[in-house]
Amino acid sequence: MTQPIAPQAADQGSADAPASTGSRATMGLGLVVLVGVVAVVLLGFFGAPEDDQQRDAVRMIFVHVPSALLTYVAFATTALGSVMWLWKRSVWWDIVAHSAAEIGVMFCGLTLVTGSIWGRPTWNTYWDWGDVRLVTTLILFLIMVGYLSVRSMGDDDATATRASIIGLIAAVNLPIVNRSVEWWFDRTLHQKSSLTDGNLEDLTLFTLVLGIVVWGLFFTWAMIHRFRIGWLERELRSGDLHEAIAARRAEALIDGHFQSGASS
Amino acid sequence: MLADIRLVAAKDLRIEFRSRVTVSQVIPFAGLVLVLFGFALDANRPVLETATSGLFWVTVMFVATMAVQRSTAIETSDGARRALLLAGVEPAAVFVGKLIAVAVQLLLVELVLVAGVVVLYDARIESWGLLVSTCVVATIGIAAAGSVLGALVAGVRARETVLPILLLPILAPVLIGATRAFDDALGSVAVDGWAWLGLLAGFGVINVVLGALAYGVLLEET
Repeated sequence: MTQPIAPQAADQGSADAPASTGSRATMGLGLVVLVGVVAVVLLGFFGAPEDDQQRDAVRMIFVHVPSALLTYVAFATTALGSVMWLWKRSVWWDIVAHSAAEIGVMFCGLTLVTGSIWGRPTWNTYWDWGDVRLVTTLILFLIMVGYLSVRSMGDDDATATRASIIGLIAAVNLPIVNRSVEWWFDRTLHQKSSLTDGNLEDLTLFTLVLGIVVWGLFFTWAMIHRFRIGWLERELRSGDLHEAIAARRAEALIDGHFQSGASS
Repeated sequence: MLADIRLVAAKDLRIEFRSRVTVSQVIPFAGLVLVLFGFALDANRPVLETATSGLFWVTVMFVATMAVQRSTAIETSDGARRALLLAGVEPAAVFVGKLIAVAVQLLLVELVLVAGVVVLYDARIESWGLLVSTCVVATIGIAAAGSVLGALVAGVRARETVLPILLLPILAPVLIGATRAFDDALGSVAVDGWAWLGLLAGFGVINVVLGALAYGVLLEET
């Protein structure tokens, strides 16, 4: 039986476990995110002009593009965290990997949903099988849902190792998934990067960049909270074990006294 | 190393041969799926002919999850995993051995399936070379990814349901690649099947290497 390792013992040099998931700094960050979301919504709906071809549907990119970018950031973080767990056995990185995977799945789902809603008026279909990025993203989503389902099956070191290996398998196989889908139909409806093709109006571009920044801050805020929850969960588990051992020892002591009293 | 691989593969195949699970359950299941596809597509010959490659490989994917479940079950019962470790067998050798055993069973099923699609779906084979190479190369990739994920879920609750969730999305490139290569081999769609074979080989190499590296960690720590 493997004994759970206390985070401090396994990962020396880390800070002590936080008492709650909120702090003055995260509250400030949260407020900035809230203000940012309001600004993106206002600019997105009322500031940015509608597109010549896509009409109002273009406003979806203010959510879609930042979500897609953050999906990649989150899953790259999971892959890095997986490597660090396997290499250094760093509990800190393991919790980071798990947290990023959860938030990444949320962003990935949001990317798929907003993309479909945007696709209907623009491509005249919710889903197109010939689109490489669409299909690759869906497969990535499904793999990461599998990752989370393995995570939900346990919370010990073995689960961390299992999840890390899935994270690595996903990262390594992703390019080949992408390549296979690309060859499959050899065509794409997807427009080139919205940021670099230079066709965006100034205010549209500004709103998009603002959207990315706000989403990035939201990701940071969510990561900090999720990480702290993960850390507290671990503390609770190791705390439970220590308490159980202490209780058992106390019991043995009482039994011992009782027995010695009875024999005399 | 080679002797270890042979030992593990022979052990798994011997267990399969004696229990007759592949012959008495897996092959009939594969045939059943072919028949079910016939019902689902309303026994429409032209549709079946165009979809043959895809249906063939979807069936193989289903069978692969069963074969990997079996392969995992052999090691989880009676603490055989620990025994394997204590026997001092190289983990990479265990991985390759189990991979070979799964691949051999899958190839056997594929042989029956090829006969099945020829008879039931009226498939005509135009390039035997491409057909056989696709089966071998794709099967190695499937067995590699399957064996490592099988070991991964071995100690997990509800592993029967978790395995397909993990395995099937990762096998997506194999399904696409093998289907396209088969399209060429059966002459149903004009594509370059040999290029797809290259992609399948890439998938196989990556997952064999990954599995050989990860298997030791999985065997010892989970």
